[in-house]
Amino acid sequence: MTSIKGTRSKGVALHAVLVVGLLLSAFPFYWAVIMSTHTSSEIFTYPPNLLPGSHFLENLRSLFDAIDFFGSMWNSLLVAVSVTFLVLLFDSLAAFVFAKFDFPGKRTLFATLLLIFMVPAQLAAIPQFVIMAKLGWIGSMTSLIVPAAANAFGIFWMRQYMTGAIHDELLDASRIDGAHFLRQYWHVALPVVRPGLAFLGIFTFMGQWNDYAWPLIALTDPDNVTLQVALSQLNGTHGTTDYGMVMTGALLALIPLLIVFAIGARQIIGDLAKGAIK
Amino acid sequence: MATTLRKPAPAVTTPAAGKPRTGVRKYWHLYAAISPFYLLFLCFGLIPVGFSLYVSLHRWDGLGSMEWAGLSQYQYLLSDSDFWTAVGNTLVIWALATFPMIFLAMVTAVMLNSAVRFKNLYRFAYFLPNVTSVVAIAIIFGSVFSTNFGLVNALLQAVGLDQVAWLNTPWGIKTAIATLMTWQWTGYNAIIFLAGLQTIPGELYEAARMDGAGPVQTFFRITLPMMRPVLLFVLVVSTVTGLQSFSEPQVLLQTTSNDSTFAGGPGHAGQTMVLYFFQQTFDNNDFGYGAAVAWGVFLVVVLFSIINWRLVQRRGED
Repeated sequence: MTSIKGTRSKGVALHAVLVVGLLLSAFPFYWAVIMSTHTSSEIFTYPPNLLPGSHFLENLRSLFDAIDFFGSMWNSLLVAVSVTFLVLLFDSLAAFVFAKFDFPGKRTLFATLLLIFMVPAQLAAIPQFVIMAKLGWIGSMTSLIVPAAANAFGIFWMRQYMTGAIHDELLDASRIDGAHFLRQYWHVALPVVRPGLAFLGIFTFMGQWNDYAWPLIALTDPDNVTLQVALSQLNGTHGTTDYGMVMTGALLALIPLLIVFAIGARQIIGDLAKGAIK
Repeated sequence: MATTLRKPAPAVTTPAAGKPRTGVRKYWHLYAAISPFYLLFLCFGLIPVGFSLYVSLHRWDGLGSMEWAGLSQYQYLLSDSDFWTAVGNTLVIWALATFPMIFLAMVTAVMLNSAVRFKNLYRFAYFLPNVTSVVAIAIIFGSVFSTNFGLVNALLQAVGLDQVAWLNTPWGIKTAIATLMTWQWTGYNAIIFLAGLQTIPGELYEAARMDGAGPVQTFFRITLPMMRPVLLFVLVVSTVTGLQSFSEPQVLLQTTSNDSTFAGGPGHAGQTMVLYFFQQTFDNNDFGYGAAVAWGVFLVVVLFSIINWRLVQRRGED
């Protein structure tokens, strides 16, 4: 920011590298758009079609004929929004405790948390189903929301983030002012870690939105499923897969994620600007 | 001085000034704050996991009666060459994906942290790969790496090179899976690194600049030490998710393998540990052995995570 001449040529090189990375990460999406506008037979030709075709509406129509797109989208939204809200609350609360307070058993409890994180999800899937069935939750969205309401990953993330971001002097000052635990959490910790929370929120929403294995097991009524399971029903149900239609569905399923990400990104940007002024 | 940087003391411990109180009464609000996770884990994690431990000590086809087997499933696991092949595959794919990924992510984050314009556009674009579902990604990459009609081979041909049967050769399979994972996770980790970079106070960089430190020195003396918690996070998460990879090889190699959807392609070259778990459990209906395999996977993941953690910790403390 000081010497303008040196920064400019460096800036150009920097942007050149960043643009290459941008093209690399965006290309498969371009490719998916291409696929969604062609018929399956047009997709598998050589040399490959690099320009959009004219079959998008046709693919869209067969998609809506094949699955209850909007019904399953509503289910996905319900699950993802509820889980995100609960995870942000429970995980940040626990992370605050692990990052900034000492209490008997803290090390053991945190080590346990990390161990839990390393347990393959598949390990528990079959017995978990039995428990859910006993509770009468199988087939309802409760079976997806409740077990996901707090997780080791989010606590680990927020704890690592809070350790660096919340300064002890700030907490000391608020304690001298007589703030009790929940006030410290709400008024001191949360405002500082908003970028971290935004990230966790986006990631949680995304993970729930894209989750596939557990909803496939837990939602037994094929007419009342989440979007990913509905999309997977497209695969092979008519003998061969209609790749154009599958890609159209995958692209449409991406839209809510993009909206959430755009909202979260703005949150992160807001705090960025604040940090720059400081 | 850049060299005297130390992290601030971590915990806010107040010596009990007045009357001493017992642990639980003094700290009850802290226990209450962390309890939701542990309660949920008890109900939907510990009990199922305990049951799977019980299953692993039995012979069980999932339907009939269970027959006590003791530790014999685990004895067999130790001598099961197919399991160790899967462990080897997983580690190779993990290494092929993780090291380029962490390096690229760190470079990207540092660049994003200094480039002022279009930062949000880049951030948005780099994060996109992680937003979409593995199922869709695997379908896309399947077409990109296809032998006859794939884009990668079309590109190789265009520059005069031979085609590669990516999804039919052991190294091709591993490269394709690792490429998919690198593509999906690099931007994600770059954003995490960026978030970490932004918690480093600007004064530190100013002080370093006044001391005459160059960009490389600044990176190794300030950025890297301050980023250690975030780097640890990224490494542990990449280890845990990478060693449990399942959907990527499963969807990518589904169509190329003849015998089983969990075989991991020709010659089992893409069969990861979790795929092997699924094969034993659901193809062979051997739930007892499947549970033992899952516990084997768990131990490998834990061991590997500890090694990684130690490596990063120690290098940072020098």
